[in-house]
Amino acid sequence: MKKRVVSVLLAVIFTASIFAFAGCSSSKSSGDTIKVGFLGPLSGDVAIYGKSAQSGADLAVKEINDAGGINGKKIELVAYDSKGDQTEAINAYNRLRDQDEVVAVIGGVLSGETLAMKDIMVQDNMPVLTPTATAVDVTTDAPNVFRACFLDDYQGVAAANFATANLTAKTAAIMICKGNPYSEGVGAAFSTQFAANGGTVVDQESYSASDKDFSAQLTKIKELNPEVVFVPDYVQIVGPILQKAKELGITAKFVGADGWDGVQTEYADAAQGNYFTNHYAADSPSEKVQSFIKAYKAANDNKDPNSFSALGYDAVYTMSDAIKTAGSTESDAVVKALNNTNYAGVTGNLKFDAEGNPKDKEVTIIKIDGGQLKFETTIVNK
Amino acid sequence: MDKNKRKAYIINTISVVSLYLVFFILIQTKVMNKYFIGIAILTCIMIIMAMSLNIVAGFLGEMALGHAGFMAIGAYSSAYFSIALMDTGIALPNIVVLILAMIVGGIVTGLVGFLIGTPTLRLRGDYLGIVTIGFSEIIRIFFINFAPTGGAAGLKGITKLVTFNNVYWITIVIIILIFTFGRSKQGRAIISIREDEIASEAAGIPTTKYKVLAFTVSSFFAGMGGALYAHYQAFVEPSKFTFMFSIEMFVIVVLGGLGSLTGSIIAAIILTVLPEMLRGFAEYRLLVYSLALVVMMIFRPQGMLGRSEFSLTKFIDSLMLRKDMKNSIGGGEAQ
Amino acid sequence: MDLFLQQLINGLNVGSIYALIAIGYTMVYGIIKLINFAHGEIMMFGAYFAFIFATSFQMPIWAVLLIPMVIMALAGVAVEFIAYRPLRDAPRLSALITAIGVSLFLQNLALLIFKADPKVMPKIFPETMISLGGVEINSTTLVTIGLSLFFMVLLDLYIRKTKQGRAVRAVSEDKDAAILMGINVDRTISLTFAMGSALGALGGILYSVAYVQVFPTLGVMPGLKAFIAAVLGGIGIIPGAMLGGFIIGMVETMTKAYISTTWADAIVYIILILVLLFKPTGILGKNTREKV
Repeated sequence: MKKRVVSVLLAVIFTASIFAFAGCSSSKSSGDTIKVGFLGPLSGDVAIYGKSAQSGADLAVKEINDAGGINGKKIELVAYDSKGDQTEAINAYNRLRDQDEVVAVIGGVLSGETLAMKDIMVQDNMPVLTPTATAVDVTTDAPNVFRACFLDDYQGVAAANFATANLTAKTAAIMICKGNPYSEGVGAAFSTQFAANGGTVVDQESYSASDKDFSAQLTKIKELNPEVVFVPDYVQIVGPILQKAKELGITAKFVGADGWDGVQTEYADAAQGNYFTNHYAADSPSEKVQSFIKAYKAANDNKDPNSFSALGYDAVYTMSDAIKTAGSTESDAVVKALNNTNYAGVTGNLKFDAEGNPKDKEVTIIKIDGGQLKFETTIVNK
Repeated sequence: MDKNKRKAYIINTISVVSLYLVFFILIQTKVMNKYFIGIAILTCIMIIMAMSLNIVAGFLGEMALGHAGFMAIGAYSSAYFSIALMDTGIALPNIVVLILAMIVGGIVTGLVGFLIGTPTLRLRGDYLGIVTIGFSEIIRIFFINFAPTGGAAGLKGITKLVTFNNVYWITIVIIILIFTFGRSKQGRAIISIREDEIASEAAGIPTTKYKVLAFTVSSFFAGMGGALYAHYQAFVEPSKFTFMFSIEMFVIVVLGGLGSLTGSIIAAIILTVLPEMLRGFAEYRLLVYSLALVVMMIFRPQGMLGRSEFSLTKFIDSLMLRKDMKNSIGGGEAQ
Repeated sequence: MDLFLQQLINGLNVGSIYALIAIGYTMVYGIIKLINFAHGEIMMFGAYFAFIFATSFQMPIWAVLLIPMVIMALAGVAVEFIAYRPLRDAPRLSALITAIGVSLFLQNLALLIFKADPKVMPKIFPETMISLGGVEINSTTLVTIGLSLFFMVLLDLYIRKTKQGRAVRAVSEDKDAAILMGINVDRTISLTFAMGSALGALGGILYSVAYVQVFPTLGVMPGLKAFIAAVLGGIGIIPGAMLGGFIIGMVETMTKAYISTTWADAIVYIILILVLLFKPTGILGKNTREKV
């Protein structure tokens, strides 16, 4: 009897799930809104990046809608979690396209998930603007995929130039996260450029993303005593590295990349006096930047935005401008409009080259000083 | 062939074909869009993964917590092969390339499974579990550091060969193969080892040989699943094949019922489709999943079907005749 | 030589934390033959409580350490009572899945409550550099090693010298015989969970202080490593867990320092596999032939 009950129960659950599943398909985009998709990791280890970008994007959507929307239509941002996983990302993208029928996508936030979705996005000719995927391949052979941020090697080169020219460093050590294409890419570009500038890379250390203990690597670096240590990675990893370096008494200047944004709040002491490359400077006098920061803080419990939020914000504005210029939500028209983008955003002037990458975007160098991010200089690579 | 068996074959064939027709019509009429098709393909892949894991976890009754590693080997080796094959310029139909790639993935993975299984299957229970975790993590770390397959950035440029049409029939074939294996002489020998290793040894069954066989066959099919996965995603990244993914597959098998292949199929469907339905509740979805897992285990520790198989024939019989409860469902698999 | 000594201390530091956590795994395994996957989450919540007490309530050091240990001891008992006790006679694999379920549940609960971004653990121990024979050692490192050793010795004495400790050993040796001897098995199991969880929480706090952060998946990696340590030393054997913890910590640090940082985890697994292949019951384990 029991078995029978279970089996009937199972059958009921199963059929119910199929119906519920089919039921989802009823959400079609209505006439007076324009649906734009957002994809990024909203849960799991890397949720912070997705959430930062999302909060920037949300802010932009709110502002655009308050100002009357796009040609009278409101934007609706449909955000799905990719968990930073390629399979999840593809499913979520498929859902955005088929169930929610979005006209464009902002995302993915990480390079890996964006690469996984790229082929399908190209097939669909979906207008895609990734705010933060920095891997080179993201935009190659993908006429409809654009990005708002500069590339991995671009900022690695900028950081190396800064280390040689402004810090007059002759020796450097590099610490990269093995298994993280972002960290590996920026690190490799730095290494090549630093050597080309006449410097010596005395040591290259690596660790894996799940590591929390960096004492072995830093002990070695301390022994070699380089002038600069380059650590291109995210705050969650950079913070503990800086802290440990300080504990060990390492005196070299640490230089990092845009993943460092946010290091000033929690690791002010450890990060004091170090530099990183970024997309914008929070203390820039630009009115655009200041009004963004003010609006962001008001919308997010007085939390400071980071470069992920700024790029998410710019990405939505760029996309909405493109849809406005195109005068329709038709893919070809939007893609064409994106190609002709000329948008002055929080993170600088955005124009796309033939590949869909930002053209001559300037890299801002930030110094961490007294728990604040101070504008140091800007670098445009030749 | 006795009458019942023939009847079962006919009913199962009819239901497989009509299920396919239902899908076919839904896809043709665009009721089922790419999103649903994508999920259906993933479900098929998860069915293969769960069933192949069930050979070791269910039939042999050993704790195998490294299935993701085998899947990774199948995915990488098959993708590497198909890319090389495409590069030679020999024009073959997609389905032929896919099947060749699956066979390569299966054989390479089966070989690795054999090499790993031979020394480690002397261990039992939790010890074997931890060693399989170890091997799977070593495989993942290997692919992170292995430059020819793209290292951490992943292997790109794989041609997407998997469609719903081919994956459906491939899955059906693999289901039949694994069922046949389970009922063969070897399959029954493996089950007897689970029931009582010492007794089966005394009965003249070379237990080590059959344990390694189970492990090899399981990894062979896992490699095939991995090959399908690679040629569906068209991109493979080492970070997909973590310890948690192995656990996810293990959960499917336990939830369906250890040793019950139909249970694995049903659980694979539910656990792939359900999280998709809950996509709107990103933050709560894993909370619900984990809670459901605990509650399910407390109230039905043997999984949905236990060790018995769900039989369509008997189910239909019981619906039509409503007599003799004892024969209604299950009890079919060589027990 | 200095460099080597420095690395040795780095290894001891992380090893002592692994040892603390491994004890929890090994005790629970010894008594109910269950890999308590939720142990890593106990340690994570311990770290979160310490974080809250240290930042929001500005409590003194002893309170920051002890109160989370007590809370997590109770939580460990609760987890056993709610999730594991009903499954005591169920198949082992079902109990394992339950443990995984509890682990995932606690992790996602922490994600909902505390959010994904890591919190920075304040330095709860006074910071100075101590010079020992030419090697500079951070005081936090010394306190970590010292506290771990202190609690391990305390536990060892408790298990060997007291009546309750004897009961724990008796139940893990032979549960049925222990019942016949009038030992309250349920209470002994609860006690085991309480002790293991308290040490796990301490391990979590020390880990988060040493490596600066508290986050929802904090327990996963050290949990797995500590579990490996327990197996390596011989699961079910408390001194084995301690030994295993120190070995894993040392191997990891030395591999990173002298061989390869990216292969460090792989080498830990390879050593584990080799040890198990040649001595399946772990380093300190007794070889027992399965009974017919």
